Amino acid sequence: MHIPDGYLSPATCAALYAAAAPFWYVALRRVKRLLHTRLVPQLSVFAAFSFVIMMFNLPLPGGTTGHAVGVGIATIVLGLWGSMLAISVALLIQAILFGDGGVTAFGANAFNMAIVGSLVAYAVYRVVAGRAAVTAPRRVFAAALAGYAAINAAALCAAIEFGIQPMFFHDENGAPLYAPYPLHIAVPAMMIGHLTFAGLAELIVTGGVVAYLQRTDVSLLKLTAPASVRDAVRVGADTVQSGWRATRPLWMGLALLMVLTPLGLLAAGTAWGEWGAEDFADPAAREQIAAASHNQAPPAQPPAGLSRLANLWTAPIPDYAPPFLKSAAFGYIMSAMVGTGIIILVFFLIGWLTRVGHGSERESEGSV
Amino acid sequence: MKTISNQPTSKAAFARETPGRKRRQSFIERTLASFGRRMERSFYAEELAKRDGLLQRLDPRVKVIGLLLLLIDAALARNLFAIGCIFGIGITLALLSHVPIRTLATRAWLGALLFTGVIALPSIFITPGRVVYHLPLLSWPVTAQGLQSALYLITRVETAVTLSLLLVLCTLWTHVLKALSVLGVPVVFIVILGMTYRYIFLMLQTARDMFESRQSRMIGVMDGPERRRLAAASVGVLLTKSFHLSSEVYLAMQSRGFRGVVDTLDDFKMQRVDWLALIVFVLLAILMFWLGRQSFAGPFTVL
Repeated sequence: MHIPDGYLSPATCAALYAAAAPFWYVALRRVKRLLHTRLVPQLSVFAAFSFVIMMFNLPLPGGTTGHAVGVGIATIVLGLWGSMLAISVALLIQAILFGDGGVTAFGANAFNMAIVGSLVAYAVYRVVAGRAAVTAPRRVFAAALAGYAAINAAALCAAIEFGIQPMFFHDENGAPLYAPYPLHIAVPAMMIGHLTFAGLAELIVTGGVVAYLQRTDVSLLKLTAPASVRDAVRVGADTVQSGWRATRPLWMGLALLMVLTPLGLLAAGTAWGEWGAEDFADPAAREQIAAASHNQAPPAQPPAGLSRLANLWTAPIPDYAPPFLKSAAFGYIMSAMVGTGIIILVFFLIGWLTRVGHGSERESEGSV
Repeated sequence: MKTISNQPTSKAAFARETPGRKRRQSFIERTLASFGRRMERSFYAEELAKRDGLLQRLDPRVKVIGLLLLLIDAALARNLFAIGCIFGIGITLALLSHVPIRTLATRAWLGALLFTGVIALPSIFITPGRVVYHLPLLSWPVTAQGLQSALYLITRVETAVTLSLLLVLCTLWTHVLKALSVLGVPVVFIVILGMTYRYIFLMLQTARDMFESRQSRMIGVMDGPERRRLAAASVGVLLTKSFHLSSEVYLAMQSRGFRGVVDTLDDFKMQRVDWLALIVFVLLAILMFWLGRQSFAGPFTVL
């Protein structure tokens, strides 16, 4: 997961430093505002903690051991922004002093693990844990899932960074200058290891530590569980169902729909009206259009307006199957998951921004 | 900051435990061994940093800038000749700084070669290009472009690890972190990095003590779920201890008059030799950059 020097082009490294910089800036401002003079000692100690966690050998099922990044547990205990800073500092020390991860690739490593990892862990943990009590078993499940999702999101970012290298950077004879594998090899190669062993290590450490803290020191879990802390204060008061709880049936419905996604693969024929300009020239597609339109033959040429507008925008995942995935069925399911995830994330961000805008919200603030 | 209380200063104290044992190490032993390796590494680096060599005599800021420029050149180079030259500069610097080549070989080259070699190997066969050879029996095609790209990756990685290892072997680690200020890292981060480095060793010591005390009380073999519970509980305990530690450190800082304003003692002073070294580094970097942009026939393009 720690990308060494030499695997990424300097342009990619620079772009990822630039992508990470605004997050570091915001994180430092927010954490400073919350901690004031405590900033230096707390951040130092927690960065040291994150560093040591990365060295633990975690026993995995099957007798092997693996290392975790600790981004899940750092996010739950330190908050979103605190985790970003602590993991970044730990990664910088690893890169410079211990040679784990490259110096030029530090921006990429910090972007993948500290920033994307913390964001995904935070979103998954808050959404899955909802308003459950701090000691609820649901929080252990949410934490485990958050750790697993975070490490896999980070691995996916790293895989994409590797995979784009041969597309853009090669010498005059066509030999790739940096990581040599294209996306359709880099993504599965990285993800197989992370969906299994590395993901499992992160899952075990995040879920396990939250379960342990629930028994021994609940106060450490309160930062990312503000709703349940408020609920506990309001015991006995008339509570109106609001927030995540009220939307629970909707979430259940969404989960059911996602599970049923593969049914779309069984559907025969073409979706009426969802035709592309190129379908009018394809004999097979013409037959399907005719079959779906009571055997009315479609016009020989695509309508002029359709042809003109079709060129305006090219979808990043055309026909629900990313080009690097060979199996169309798997691509279809992956697209459903990614699409739903992006929509949830966008709404989550909008909701969060609105709350921050109203200035009455402290619950999403990260801290150490 | 070279030692902390109760911390054994000899690297032998952290030597890998139970040598020569045939049975598989438990996860506790493996974790202890990895803690030991980390500590031993930093002690060895401190020993080397005190030797009287070329890089050791230079201002840490010059070393950070100079080696980073060469590192960037190695990353930018578009031919193997330039990467080879930068690697040669690295070896020359190591020899002039009394860094044993064996240390570089065991600590950097071998590990990087194995790791990157395994990653680069399939690219020899699957990179599209001009086929120069077919593997006997399997008849897999080996392409010139594949061989070239594997060499790019391996030489670049070897050069980068050599240069970054030279920096940390020839400079006290606290000085390396402090010298980052020349790269525009804010002072508050420099202080945080310095303190993090210090507490890493305290935490490693604490974690090591925890694992050792547990192991000394154990008989028999733990089953899988129990091992996982122990690992999670150890992380949890370390986390709780971190919170206590940070409160104590904060109180100690407050008692000494800390009011949130960070300032570092800037004890680095540029001497004439430092300026000279900086100029040489910059000139070398420009030369290597130019060399990296040139077009040379690769060893496999003529096959």
